[in-house]
Amino acid sequence: MWDYSEKVLDLFYNPINQGAIADPQEPDVAVVYGEVGSIACGDALRLHLRIQESTEVIQDASFQTFGCTSAIASSSALTEIIKQKTLDEALKITNHDIADYLGGLPEAKMHCSVMGQEALEAAIYKYRGIEIEQHEDDDGTLICSCYGISEPRIRRVIIENDLTTVEQVTNYVKAGGGCGSCQAGIEDLLIEVQQERTALSARVTSEVAAQAADKPLTPMQKINLIQQVIAEDVRPILLADGGDIELYDVDGDVVRVLLTGACGGCESSSETLKNSIEASLQTKVSSTLVVVPA
Amino acid sequence: MVTYLDNNATTQIDPDVLTAMLPYLSNLYGNPSSMHSFGGQVGAALQNARAQVAALLGAEETEIIFNSCGSEGNNTAIHAALAAQPNKRHIVTTAVEHPAVLNVCKHLEKKGYTVTYLSVDGRGQIDLMEVEAAVTGGTALVTTMYANNETGVVFPIEQIGAIAKECGATFHVDAVQAVGKLPITLKNSTIDLLTLSGHKLHAPKGIGVLYSRRGFRFRPFLLGGHQERGRRAGTPNVASIVALGKAAELAQQHLQTVDREAKLRDALEQQLLAAIPECEVNGGGTVRLPNTTNIGFKYIEGEAILFMLDKHGICASSGSACTSGSLDPSHVLTSMGLPYTILHGSIRFSLSRFTTGAEIQQVVSVMPAIVEKLRALSPFNNDQSEWLQSRDLVHTA
Repeated sequence: MWDYSEKVLDLFYNPINQGAIADPQEPDVAVVYGEVGSIACGDALRLHLRIQESTEVIQDASFQTFGCTSAIASSSALTEIIKQKTLDEALKITNHDIADYLGGLPEAKMHCSVMGQEALEAAIYKYRGIEIEQHEDDDGTLICSCYGISEPRIRRVIIENDLTTVEQVTNYVKAGGGCGSCQAGIEDLLIEVQQERTALSARVTSEVAAQAADKPLTPMQKINLIQQVIAEDVRPILLADGGDIELYDVDGDVVRVLLTGACGGCESSSETLKNSIEASLQTKVSSTLVVVPA
Repeated sequence: MVTYLDNNATTQIDPDVLTAMLPYLSNLYGNPSSMHSFGGQVGAALQNARAQVAALLGAEETEIIFNSCGSEGNNTAIHAALAAQPNKRHIVTTAVEHPAVLNVCKHLEKKGYTVTYLSVDGRGQIDLMEVEAAVTGGTALVTTMYANNETGVVFPIEQIGAIAKECGATFHVDAVQAVGKLPITLKNSTIDLLTLSGHKLHAPKGIGVLYSRRGFRFRPFLLGGHQERGRRAGTPNVASIVALGKAAELAQQHLQTVDREAKLRDALEQQLLAAIPECEVNGGGTVRLPNTTNIGFKYIEGEAILFMLDKHGICASSGSACTSGSLDPSHVLTSMGLPYTILHGSIRFSLSRFTTGAEIQQVVSVMPAIVEKLRALSPFNNDQSEWLQSRDLVHTA
């Protein structure tokens, strides 16, 4: 049995703000709804908003939900959180805010809070006339075909929630929880996001370093710095994925590395890996470095 | 007070069963393999339990192998059947088996075996013509359940067995849900191997039996000592074996009055269907166990129903995605081709000999309001809801 918080159970047994909102047909008042999910997935939410057009304040919010205990509680919580907020304020609400309001959700149920946040966004975008990407039709970015989850959605949930494993991604957006054939694709996305993060922090450090000293590195300093970047930035990511890296040799601008474990055996990822290690070293040590497998 | 209608998940230990096993958890702690009378008296108790189980199954005592659970029985049976005919690399099973069979078969596929998964129709029943077409001279094993745990649908076991025998395949039956609910006589049966589990028939968890027909070339799965005539190593779980023996004896008596359960089940079904619109019995059109009903309440989700029932102290289960531990709804109901509108809102009530008429009435009295409340929350509460239009409502694999 799921270990739900008191708040989840309370909002499930006594939900507030359920049902649709009738359009009062008054000037300066708009009623819109946003929806997410489907009956096939096992949960679906239609979120209704009454918006004062001049101030963009959400005057009223209500929900209709098909789903489990935590889906209903998350929907009800969302309507309470967003009332009297402006649309811009509402857009800043994350799935974490919903989960926090509920006193936490079981990890495997985090997707209920994500559903709330997505419905809110859908409703606001609809009101503002912004087209949301139709991931169902866009095969190019569709990662999980069982649940129709696109790459941008997975990428976003990884970034916003600091996710590091496929299992977590499944808990948050369901992707990978059906036939499981997209789990490798999700893994690749996780690596990509981590690499982007590493690259970003590397850029910041190198800019700081460049400002501090504008002198060329001695060979000794260069090797030390390469060692340091590999040990601090590259290796932890590889270890997390069951792989490892070792600096074998530095010959001028050619950095020879040994890749082992999960990464070493994987053809496709070793290419991306090589590029990302190279990117880290180029930004942090010297832009002329090349990485080759030893 | 708890209204326990989840007896296909597990059952309460019968008080008489508990009384029978307790001495073997205190004074009578001897090892039946020991060469002293202190252990010897325990050996006699095991012998008695073996006879009690054999009597329930219409089998011989030497055909009974005590083990730890239904999953062990199924794993052992499948591997024993494959070892008995090592040249044959084909297995026939059904799409609606318990994971303790399905996942073993999937694993064996990776090891080079070919597996045919027989389909079921909308009632959850298999087609004997399909069995006939699937089983060939190259089939090592036909393994099917006796009765389905989710719907209670009973398969035509002897007809399937006849087809298996014709082609020289070993026939294994996972009878975990059927033993104690249906009369079984293995003496003149086509079944070579049969799995049962103690905790489904009012014995404790952690004890099971694999029946192996005399003459079947059994190969043990668990190697070690000579226990169970060399067919299952490990010091016997004496207290639980004694308990299972007693439970088997009681189950045999209870089979005479199992109609009472069927009547309560039918009353539950009829009253719920009469009081609640848009619901139907899954597997209702064919032979079923007397204790099981699986009802699909359209447009709402099973976990939510279970939490509502829980508030009234009523225990049931659901095949919805949110309760399955994975994100997919029940593979049994999905295989039946049921629309998503029903399968996410399917609830199983499973009765036992301890179920009372008052408990059934309690469910009948609370269920309509629960369904109404959840449907009022749902954005699609009828088939005309525009959200449901032009959507694919049936799972296509």
